[in-house]
Amino acid sequence: MKKKTSEEEELFKNWKEKTERLLQKRPERKNRFQTLSNIEVNRVYTEADQPGESPGFPGVFPYARGIHPTMYRSRLWTMRQYAGFGSARETNRRFRYLLEQGQTGLSVAFDLPTQIGYDSDDPMASGEVGKVGVAIDSLKDMEKLFEGIPLDQVSTSMTINAPASVLLAMYIAVGEKQGVSSRELRGTIQNDILKEYIARGTYIFPPKPSMRLITDVFKYCAESVPKWNTISISGYHIREAGSTAVQEVAFTLSDGIAYVEAAIQAGLEVDQFAPRLSFFFNAHNNFFEEIAKFRAARRIWAKIMKERFHASNERSLQLRFHTQTGGSTLTAQQPDNNIVRVTLQALAAVLGGTQSLHTNSRDEALALPTEESARIALRTQQIIAYESGVADTVDPLGGSYYIEALTDQIEQEVWRYIEKIDEMGGAVSAVEQGYMQQEIHRAALETQRRIESGEEIVVGMNRYQIEQETEPQLLRVDPSVEKQQLAQLSELKANRDLLEVEEKLNSLKKAAEGTDNLMPYILDAVRAYCTVGEICHALREVFGEYRAV
Amino acid sequence: MKRPIRVLIAKPGLDGHDRGALVIAQALRDEGMEVIYTGLRQTPAQIAAAAVQEDVDVVGLSCLSGAHNELFPEVVRLLKEQGAGDILVIAGGVIPKEDIAYLKKHDIAEVFTPGTPTKVTAEFIRQAIVQKVKSSI
Repeated sequence: MKKKTSEEEELFKNWKEKTERLLQKRPERKNRFQTLSNIEVNRVYTEADQPGESPGFPGVFPYARGIHPTMYRSRLWTMRQYAGFGSARETNRRFRYLLEQGQTGLSVAFDLPTQIGYDSDDPMASGEVGKVGVAIDSLKDMEKLFEGIPLDQVSTSMTINAPASVLLAMYIAVGEKQGVSSRELRGTIQNDILKEYIARGTYIFPPKPSMRLITDVFKYCAESVPKWNTISISGYHIREAGSTAVQEVAFTLSDGIAYVEAAIQAGLEVDQFAPRLSFFFNAHNNFFEEIAKFRAARRIWAKIMKERFHASNERSLQLRFHTQTGGSTLTAQQPDNNIVRVTLQALAAVLGGTQSLHTNSRDEALALPTEESARIALRTQQIIAYESGVADTVDPLGGSYYIEALTDQIEQEVWRYIEKIDEMGGAVSAVEQGYMQQEIHRAALETQRRIESGEEIVVGMNRYQIEQETEPQLLRVDPSVEKQQLAQLSELKANRDLLEVEEKLNSLKKAAEGTDNLMPYILDAVRAYCTVGEICHALREVFGEYRAV
Repeated sequence: MKRPIRVLIAKPGLDGHDRGALVIAQALRDEGMEVIYTGLRQTPAQIAAAAVQEDVDVVGLSCLSGAHNELFPEVVRLLKEQGAGDILVIAGGVIPKEDIAYLKKHDIAEVFTPGTPTKVTAEFIRQAIVQKVKSSI
């Protein structure tokens, strides 16, 4: 903290006295003001609250103010709406619609069977085919998904984790068919298994072989898919599961440390893979806390990479991240109010320096978004980008007494968690002990308690309700999708070279038993139209399955 | 002594969002009920079997993936098939209004959507159990 001059002392004393007198007449709205991470918010912030560390400059270590010197003055963030439902054809139509509307990147939502490595005809998939995303069984579906979309002209993010290498292989194979070299492909696979164990639930294999699959991707992409983001280390789902902002950053960065350590153990040089690590955060309700959170996350990661892992490539130090507005903040009641929530959250993400952004649609507490809702969500970003002027200067809130103090405080609290997780043996071990899961659950219960007691007001839900709510027009996934998908899958299975399929799956299994990089084997299997389910079953036989703690 | 109400909270299907399931499980415990949570990825058959084996009064189903119309009625059907049709089945999740009518037709007693206070759910369970006891006398 900075020292005050005697003149400042005097002014401060006067202000304090005046405030005390006022408070005697009229108390404040609450005894204690706090952020969603339970950080106490002061009445006013002054120079005296400023941390020793100066905010620094954008594009300069430790990057609190942004990873680029010019940020959005050079290039706006990528507007990337997460989309996918039903069949590959249907999703392909939505993709083309979004691109026509000015979206600048694709983001694929897969259905749960695909995410957990089951084919559409697996008994476990019953009822789930095409529901939360598009159903992909084989390369055939992936070809349809990207029909008419040249892969050298878009960047594509895929929310896929346990079978991430399989879907990346399919994307590479689609590129081959379009005549696009893997060296030209741009995009991201989520590939973050630790947060699946912690918060999201689409795990397949136990931690050890899962970490191997991930580092195999790091290695393979460093050589053959150099523009690909090999992982998106995600706090988004941790936050959705109920964590605080501090926990979101702390657990995400601890997961990040675990991946870096695993890759180094697998024989990679830190600067070989670290520039392709990317992150994914939530933009929640508390506006200033969220902005400070993004700034703190950047600063902490830069320090971790420099001091702990001795990375020297500047890009290894820069935390690049995608943001999605907070799904769990949306209300099923008076859903149009969600447009306003999303606007504030998106603004926080932009003021926090995000590289790409998904804005949720107003109807997502009820169903998947309709085309109209998805368009409004995209327009929200465009209005922020082109009308508000916030993108015209870098880190406009940098130097704000409150933002800087909050950035510092979040950083301190995150370090405490990271140290605690280090003491537990790192993120993998903490996950196995259920530590993060417990912490998140506790925070979720506290939020529920605060909402039910009315301490936390949710407009339209626990205050300002209306009697007769009419439900808006919702998107319905065509129930015949499952049937069609099953028909196509059985046709595919009848028309493949079965010997080749068997052979590819067998060599994949053999490789899994050994130590070879699995990516080339998976790619071979995918090219022979082995399905996601077949490939994952082959790996299940060798690796076993994870059982939740 | 009157035994506490026994509840099975279950996650049918592949959906991994268990924040709601975990929160309602704890809230019902705080209300004095005995609550068992199945964990993720349960088939309707597994859920029905667990409900019978644990001799519960209530099954609470949670699903946010949109597969509720396929999965919830199947649990009810299997319970009836095993002679456990008297178990109260309730549900929660991201469920559109028109599906709620469909689910109720298939003997899901009530559907609690996002924003429902946990006390409302607890009270519903208590009332429903009282009704059931009365009608069985």
